Amino acid sequence: MRRFALIIVPYAWLVALFLVPFLIVLKISLSDPALAIPPYTPTLDLAAGWAGMREFFADLDMENFTFLTTDDLYWKAYLSSLQIALISTLLTLAIGYPIAYAMARAPDHWRPTLLMLVILPFWTSFLIRVYSWMGILLTEGYLNQLLLGMGVISEPLTILNTNTAVYIGIVYTYLPFMILPIYSALERMDDSLLEAAEDLGCSRLTAFWLVTIPLSKNGIIAGCFLVFIPALGEFVIPSLLGGSDTLMIGKILWEEFFNNRDWPVASAVAVVLLLILIIPIVLFQRNEQKQREIDG
Amino acid sequence: MSQITFEPWNDPSAKPLIEFKGVTKRFGDFTAIDNQTFDIYEKEFFALLDPSGCGKTTMMRMLAGFETPTSGKILLSGQDIAPIPPNKRAVNMMFQSYALFPHLSVWENIAFGLKRGTMPKDEIAARVEQMLKLTRLEKFAQRKPHQISGGQRQRVALARSLAKAPKLLLLDEPLGALDAKLRQDTQFELMDIQEKTGTTFVIVTHDQEEAMTVASRVAVMDDGRIIQADTPAHIYEMPGSVYVADFIGDVTIFEGRAKRAEGGYHIAFAEGHDSLFAASDLDLSEGQTAYLAIRPEKVMITPERPEGARNALEGKILDIAYLGNLSTYHVALSNGQIVKAQTANTRRLANRPFTWEDSVWVSWTDTAAVLLER
Repeated sequence: MRRFALIIVPYAWLVALFLVPFLIVLKISLSDPALAIPPYTPTLDLAAGWAGMREFFADLDMENFTFLTTDDLYWKAYLSSLQIALISTLLTLAIGYPIAYAMARAPDHWRPTLLMLVILPFWTSFLIRVYSWMGILLTEGYLNQLLLGMGVISEPLTILNTNTAVYIGIVYTYLPFMILPIYSALERMDDSLLEAAEDLGCSRLTAFWLVTIPLSKNGIIAGCFLVFIPALGEFVIPSLLGGSDTLMIGKILWEEFFNNRDWPVASAVAVVLLLILIIPIVLFQRNEQKQREIDG
Repeated sequence: MSQITFEPWNDPSAKPLIEFKGVTKRFGDFTAIDNQTFDIYEKEFFALLDPSGCGKTTMMRMLAGFETPTSGKILLSGQDIAPIPPNKRAVNMMFQSYALFPHLSVWENIAFGLKRGTMPKDEIAARVEQMLKLTRLEKFAQRKPHQISGGQRQRVALARSLAKAPKLLLLDEPLGALDAKLRQDTQFELMDIQEKTGTTFVIVTHDQEEAMTVASRVAVMDDGRIIQADTPAHIYEMPGSVYVADFIGDVTIFEGRAKRAEGGYHIAFAEGHDSLFAASDLDLSEGQTAYLAIRPEKVMITPERPEGARNALEGKILDIAYLGNLSTYHVALSNGQIVKAQTANTRRLANRPFTWEDSVWVSWTDTAAVLLER
């Protein structure tokens, strides 16, 4: 009974804040659009009793999901989102790993400070940080002024409103999520392992490849998922930094909801996005579970 | 029966495997190794014993190649090893933490060093099997390091460092993480493996008993210097200084003025006590301060003054340490000096002849004590 009482709290939380909203979205995705408030039909009329309930379920259909397959905009947006999320995850890994490595190798008394510096950007609003990138990447922005001033380029670069700006924005925003798990894996590593590898005939580079990389594998996997999952559904960064040709599913979702006011189709897009995300989330959970088993 | 004793250090024609030539290592202002010259011979089990400092570990890390001497040279088989990086040295190390690769199985850990060379696959497999057999780990080959016990991990570390058949194996506090019983078993196992493989072992430890048990020679270090390097028996029976005598085993030290007598010296250590006699070859000046070191097991304890004993002192039993097989008596003399005497408990405890506060005599023979200058 006590166990039940303890476990009910997180479950109640999940039901109230995840399952119920999801069921509402799912229900809307099965409805038809309407010029009304709320802008879809049918709505459940409890006063009509059993008959009303039957009528309500009879009106639900998969029409919106079929619609998603007929217009190639949607699957193109899904694919493009996957591509952008994947590339920016790899970029984040390429930048985050050396930073995490340097942090883990830094003298002990420096580490808390470095860790603080990685977390520090979270203290400012995410939106403001993305806005400030607009100021940097603008045609007459700080970056172009700096490069022109140094004489590196003669014509200002067009970065803002391109996919490049989206990559920069995603890499910048999610870098801490990559650094922190890798750092935590590297920091736990015993330095004598590298000495042992060298003693047994490895060069520094092979020791890194055969010992450091495998031992930080779980950190790398965790970091990649922590970047990939939110990047896939990212909306703010592509809409602020991306151009008109940047196709991301988060942006489509927003446009369906607020520009087209087609809530049922928007909900269908959201449900499919969630189904796509479930695969990496499940893989991520398995990785975490395996790590816990090894740590005992 | 003729037994050839293994004492290459006494053989002037023997070629040492390792030669330290005036090696000094400084970290900033701190001198870890102070101008040391000594040799280690092939097939030796050489123990570095350093009660306090970090000299022993530095010595080992210089041999492995993780540190370079500030000045001086280290030769391995006559060749200067300074320019050879650790991964190219015919020297392997067993780390204090074992440093087993947690992501690899026992088998893969042992094969790790072999795979770095050009050895063909089937030879690697055969060598790993041989190592597993030597360390009795066959059953655990596919386990990961976190799935085996501390003693097994220690054996994996040993197998891994022996797999490449190094000329020299370094063991850094190899048994530190094991409990006392397992440590004793493992000490004998180590000696056994050392004998079987014929590898030269250099072991670093702070545990004097361990060093005495396993080593062919023990080097006692203090303050970055080797004070005495000798066989365990010599170190124990003929310590070169009070420091060594006091560090290795239990000892009672009398400080006094030396007076030459036939075949040795009389040591006057306190007013109102007879001076003590010790046979010695030392050349001491008259009245020079000298130290008499006597091991507790060489001290006899009797209720009456024994007949004809030249070294006999009267005192009171202050403390009795009962160790099961032995008892150590702390006997206080009238000047406050404590003399330790040890007897084997050949009789049951209830029949023990002495108890606290008993007035007794402690005595020893002329040759039992060692006379030391410092």
